[in-house]
Amino acid sequence: MNLLNYISLMRFEVVSLGVIVLLLLMKIFSEKLNVSLILGFVNFSLLAILVSGFIGHPHGSVFGGMFLNDGTLMLEKSVITFATLLISLQGHNWLKKHENYLEFYLLLFSILNGMYFMISSGNFLMFYLGLEMATIPLTALVAFDFNRMRSAESAGKMILSSAFSSAILLFGLSLLYGMTGSLSFQEVAMNFSSSPLMSFALVLLFVGFAFKISMVPFHLWTADVYEGSPVAITSFLSVVSKGASVFIFMTILYKVFPMAHGIWVNILVLLSAVTMTIGNLFAIRQTNIKRFLAFSSITQAGYILIGVASASAQSMASVIYFLLIYAFSNIGAFTVVSLIADKTGKENIDDYKGLYKTNPLLSIALLLAVFSLAGIPPTAGFFGKLFLLTSGASAGLITLIIIASLNMIISLYYYLRIIKAMFVDKNETPIEKFISDTPAKIALVICVAGILVVGFINFIFEYIHSLSFGL
Amino acid sequence: MGILFVKGQTARVIALAGSFLQLGLALFLLFVYMGEREAENTALLLFEESHVWFLQWNINYHIGIDGISLSMILLTSIVLVAGVLVSWNIEYQPKEFFFLLVMLAMGAFGFFISVDLFTQFFFFELAVVPKYLLIAIWGSGKKEYSAMKLVLMLMGGSALVLIGILSLYYFSVQARTPTFSLFEIAKLGLSPEKQMFIFPFLFVGFGVLSAMFPFHTWAPDGHSSAPTAASMFLAGISMKLGGYGCLRVATVLLPEAAREYSTYIIILACIGILYGAFVTLKQRDIKLMNAYSSVSHCGFVLLGIGMLTKTAMVGAVLQMVSHGVMTALFFAVIGMIYERSHTRMGDEMGGLLKVMPFLGSVFIIAGLTSLGLPGFSGFVAEMTVFVGSWQVPDFFHRSATIIATASIVVTAVYILRAVGITLWGPIKKKEFENLSDATWNEKIASGILVLSIVIMGTMPLWLSDLILKTTETLFGTVIK
Repeated sequence: MNLLNYISLMRFEVVSLGVIVLLLLMKIFSEKLNVSLILGFVNFSLLAILVSGFIGHPHGSVFGGMFLNDGTLMLEKSVITFATLLISLQGHNWLKKHENYLEFYLLLFSILNGMYFMISSGNFLMFYLGLEMATIPLTALVAFDFNRMRSAESAGKMILSSAFSSAILLFGLSLLYGMTGSLSFQEVAMNFSSSPLMSFALVLLFVGFAFKISMVPFHLWTADVYEGSPVAITSFLSVVSKGASVFIFMTILYKVFPMAHGIWVNILVLLSAVTMTIGNLFAIRQTNIKRFLAFSSITQAGYILIGVASASAQSMASVIYFLLIYAFSNIGAFTVVSLIADKTGKENIDDYKGLYKTNPLLSIALLLAVFSLAGIPPTAGFFGKLFLLTSGASAGLITLIIIASLNMIISLYYYLRIIKAMFVDKNETPIEKFISDTPAKIALVICVAGILVVGFINFIFEYIHSLSFGL
Repeated sequence: MGILFVKGQTARVIALAGSFLQLGLALFLLFVYMGEREAENTALLLFEESHVWFLQWNINYHIGIDGISLSMILLTSIVLVAGVLVSWNIEYQPKEFFFLLVMLAMGAFGFFISVDLFTQFFFFELAVVPKYLLIAIWGSGKKEYSAMKLVLMLMGGSALVLIGILSLYYFSVQARTPTFSLFEIAKLGLSPEKQMFIFPFLFVGFGVLSAMFPFHTWAPDGHSSAPTAASMFLAGISMKLGGYGCLRVATVLLPEAAREYSTYIIILACIGILYGAFVTLKQRDIKLMNAYSSVSHCGFVLLGIGMLTKTAMVGAVLQMVSHGVMTALFFAVIGMIYERSHTRMGDEMGGLLKVMPFLGSVFIIAGLTSLGLPGFSGFVAEMTVFVGSWQVPDFFHRSATIIATASIVVTAVYILRAVGITLWGPIKKKEFENLSDATWNEKIASGILVLSIVIMGTMPLWLSDLILKTTETLFGTVIK
C-alpha cells in the first residue's frame, strides 16, 4: 500500500493533524495575527474535512489492524465534524474576544483527532489512546473561561471523574487481555467465552462508557460541568463528545461482544429506563438553562440507548440519524443560549421571559430547537425519536417503549416551561433587542433548516441505513 | 387530495381565503365521491395515494378517503372557516394566531385522511402542541394552568396511542411483515390475547382526546380558558380526532378485543354522559357549561362505538359531525356575547335577545340542537345512536340505553334554563342596552354553521348513507 492510500484512508486524521501543526507554527512564529482570518481558515478546514468524508469509499486497515476505516466510520466522523463546525461558528464571537483563541483551536483539533482515532480503532489499545487524547484537552477547554471560578471548578470535577472512569475502563481491559491474550477487537471476539469473569470485564467497560455518555448512575458530573464550562464547550460536550462515545460503544458492542448479547441487552434496557427517568425528573427542577439542557441531554442519552440496545442495522441507523438531528437541535438551542449569555450574561430560564417581544427570531429558533428535543412534529426530532422507539419495538423491548413514551410526557412539561417563559410570561425587564453576529447566525440558520427539513428527506435516513450494520 | 392548505401565515385574509378554498374543495370532494359511489365504485378508499416515505421501516405516506373520513373532513373545513371568521378582529399577534390555527387544521385533515399509522400519528401529534400556545397566549382566566393541563393530558393520550401503535408494529415484525399500514395490520389476524393487550392503549389513548370519563378533566378547563376559535376547534374537531381514532383504528384493527371490552366502554360512556350532564346543571359560566355538556355529548359517540351495532356506529359518526358543528356554533356565540358583555356568568346577563336579536336567535338554535330537537342535526344523531343501541336485546345494553336517553331530560333542563336567564327577562345591567348585534363576519360564521346544522337535521339521509356504506365494509366482522 502506498503513501497515497494511507492518506486517503486516514484523511480526517491527517488533515486535522496538519491543522494542528499549522496553528502551532503560527503561534510560534508570528507576533500579530489577524483573528478573523485564522477563524475563517479553521472553519474552512473543518468544512474541508467534512467534504472529504463524502469522496470515494475507502475501506481498509492500517498499523496491523489497529486503525480501521470504512463507510460507516467515515459517516460517524462526518457527523461529529459537522457538529464541531457548527459549534465553531456558534462560538465565533466569544473566541474573537478571547486572547487565547489559537490555543482553543489547537485543543479542539487535538480532541477531534483523538475522537477520529477512537472511532476508527480496531484495537482496545488504540481505542484507549484515542479516548485519552480526546478527554485531556477537553478538560483544558472546560477551564477556558479563565476569569470564572466555576469554569476551573468544572474542569477539576471533570478530570477527576473521567480519570476515575478511565481507571475502571482500564481494569476491564486488563481483565479482557488476561482472558483472551489479545487486545485486538477481532481476536477478543473470537476468543470470547461466557465466563463470569468475562461478564465482569464487560460490566467494567460499561462503567467507563457510562461516564462518557453520562448514563445514570454515572451522570453526576454532567450538570456541574455543563454549567461551569463556556457555552461552546458545553454544546461540544453534549453533542460531539457524547456522539463519539456512542459510536465507538456501538462498534465495540456489535463487533466485539456479539456473543454476550443476552447480557448487555438487559443492562442497557435497565440503564436506559433509569437514565431517561432520572434525567427527566431532575430537569424539571432546574432554573439555570445550561443545567436544564444538561439534564435534558441525559434524558436524550436514555433514548439513544434504546437504539443501541435494539442492535439491528435499522437501530444503528436510527442512532446515527438521531445524533445528527440531536446535533441540529441541541446546538441550535445552545447557540441561542450562547448569544444571550454573550450579550447579557443571563443564563436563567426566568431571564428568558418575554423574549419573544424583543427578539422574535431568536425565540422562534429556540422554540423549534426545544420542540425538536421534545420530539414534536413537524420538527426532525419527532422522526429521530420515533425511529429509536420503533427500532426498540421491532426488537421487542415493549416495556422499555412504555417507559420511554411516558417519559415523553414529563419531558414535554419542562420543555414547555421554556416556551412559556419566552412566549407567554410577561417581564418588566426583558432581554433587550440585539443583533447577533453573522457566523452565529449562519450556525443558527443551518440548525433551524436541519430541524425543519431533515425529517422529511428520506434519503438521508436511507444513506445512513445503507452504511449501518447490526448484530 | 394531499394537504391542500397553503400555510396562511401572513394575514387573516390568506387564512380566510385558504379556509374557504378548503371548504370548497371539501364540498367538491364530496360531490365527486358521491358520484363515484353512484357509479358503483365499491373500493373502500377513493382518491387513494401512496408514497414510500421511509423504506426501511415500511412507512408510507398513504392517504385515502372513505365515507367516515369524508364527513370528518367536511366538519373540519366548516369549523375552520367559522373559526377564522370569528377571530377576524383578533388584535394580539394575529399572524401567529392564524398560523397556529391553520396548523391545527392541517393536523386534523392529515389525521383523517391517512391510513398509515405512522403518518396518522404524525398528524395526530401535530394537532396537539399548537393548542398549548393558542390557549396560553390568547386565552383567558387561568389560561397557563389549563393549557399545561390540557397539553399534558393529550400528550399522555398520544403516548398511550404510540405504545399501541408500536406494539402493533412489533407483532407485525413477529409475523415477518413489518408494516404500519392499517389494512395490512388488519389482515395479520392477531390472536385475541395480543388484541386484548393492545386495545386498552389505543382506545384509552384516543379516548383521552374525546374526553372519555375519567380522562375528561382537561376539557372543561381547556375549553373555558381557550380563545373562542380555539374552543371551537378543541370541542368541534380535536375531540373528534379521538372518536375517529377509537372507531377507525382501535375497533377496526382489534375487533375481538373491542367485543370483549365493549361492556367497559359502555359503562364509561354512560358515566360520562350522566356525569357531564349533571355537572353542567351546576355551572353559572355559560362557556364552562358548554364545555361540560361537550363531555356529556361525546359520551354518545363512545356509547355508539361500544354498542357495536351498525346503526349505533353510524349514529356515533353522525354525532361526531353534529356535535362538532353544534358545539362550534355554541362556543362562537358565547365568544361573541362575551366580547360585548364582558361576562360569561349566565345570571349576570338577561334580556339579551332584545339588544342582539341575531346572536340571541343563534344561541337558541345552538341550544335546541344540543338538546336534540327534531329538525336539527342533534336529533338525527342521538336518535340513531339510541335506535342502534336498543337493537341489542339484553338487559345490560337496554338499561344503558335508557340511562343515556334519560340524560336528554337533564340536557333540556340546563339548556332551557341557560337560554332563559341569558336571553329573556329584564336587562340586568344598564350598559347592556347599548350593545351591538353581530357584525358581518360573525353573521357569516354563524350562518354557515346554522346552515349545516339545518341541512343535516332535515336531510340526514345522504350523510348517513355515506357513513353506512363504509361502516358495512369496515366492520363487517365486528358488528353483532
